Amino acid sequence: MSNSIEVNGKELATDEEGYLENLADWEPGVANVMAEIDDCELTDNHWEVINFLREYYEEYQIAPAVRVLTKAIGKKLGKEYGNGKYLYELYPYGPAKQACKYAGLPKPTGCV
Amino acid sequence: MEEEYSGGVEKKFIYINRRVPHGTAYAIESLETVLIGAAFDQDVSMLFIDDGVFQLKKDQNTESIEFKNFSKAYRALEMYDVEKLYVETESLQERGLSADDLLVGVEMIDRARVNELIDQQDVVLSF
Amino acid sequence: MSTLNIINKSPFEKRTLDQCLSRISKDDAVILIEDAVVVAMSGTSYDSQLKTATADKKLYVLTPDLEARGLADRSLLDGLTAVDYKGFVALVTEHDRVHSWL
Repeated sequence: MSNSIEVNGKELATDEEGYLENLADWEPGVANVMAEIDDCELTDNHWEVINFLREYYEEYQIAPAVRVLTKAIGKKLGKEYGNGKYLYELYPYGPAKQACKYAGLPKPTGCV
Repeated sequence: MEEEYSGGVEKKFIYINRRVPHGTAYAIESLETVLIGAAFDQDVSMLFIDDGVFQLKKDQNTESIEFKNFSKAYRALEMYDVEKLYVETESLQERGLSADDLLVGVEMIDRARVNELIDQQDVVLSF
Repeated sequence: MSTLNIINKSPFEKRTLDQCLSRISKDDAVILIEDAVVVAMSGTSYDSQLKTATADKKLYVLTPDLEARGLADRSLLDGLTAVDYKGFVALVTEHDRVHSWL
């Protein structure tokens, strides 16, 4: 049985961990559906991270490791956000894993 | 892996890249190893010799061969604290390339000095 | 400080051996294993190049790989030393690092 999620009436293929199979399938609704499954409500702060990850992937073709993400968010939003605590509060399952999943990215390199 | 590794001995690692990208998996495997290894706070250098210099060639477009264009990721290495990229001068010249053809800033090194660089390392990984 | 360089591709097919020899110093050593053992005997077109290399560098060949390819009874190139698996391990421990030229 293959895995998928339903977003706006479309079946989108995922892997067994829930990551989108095709990056191009992503739309904002994907993040909303995935967040619902995890019982998590997406705020503007969540979206900021998701949008950052999508831009990062577009530019470098990799999902950043958590410490790279943390550093980059700190640079973008200010020092007080550049620590693990802020990101873990938003994404308790792990910022790199959970946020990357919502952003439609593959699992970050280095996450086993 | 969400936790950062701490403690342990810092060693000097050099990744030597010697092959054209896309025809085989060596180039991407090397890059992924570097990115994963970066979580372990080691002293990492990358050296591009022979056909490995093509890995850093600007303007790679893999759309038509339907492969991932991982060349863009070399520009992210700095964020992973991998800042020492060396390219052998002769290898570039033999292939009709110059430093202007590369997608990141690198340090050029003469063939005669490659040995000195390797002599400073604890671990050598060749791809 | 010295490096043990491991070559495992036939120099008749791949340029790995040349690439290695052009970059190592006289304190370094090279061991030919697997398909690379095909240039260990005298009488190949690699003769002169390897003789030059053995003048200031240590060159070894792994006997079990020669035997496997039916080359054990051929005369080895002057200056080349044959080692068994134990000898290979000893070489690894005697050098500061190993560079396996995949």
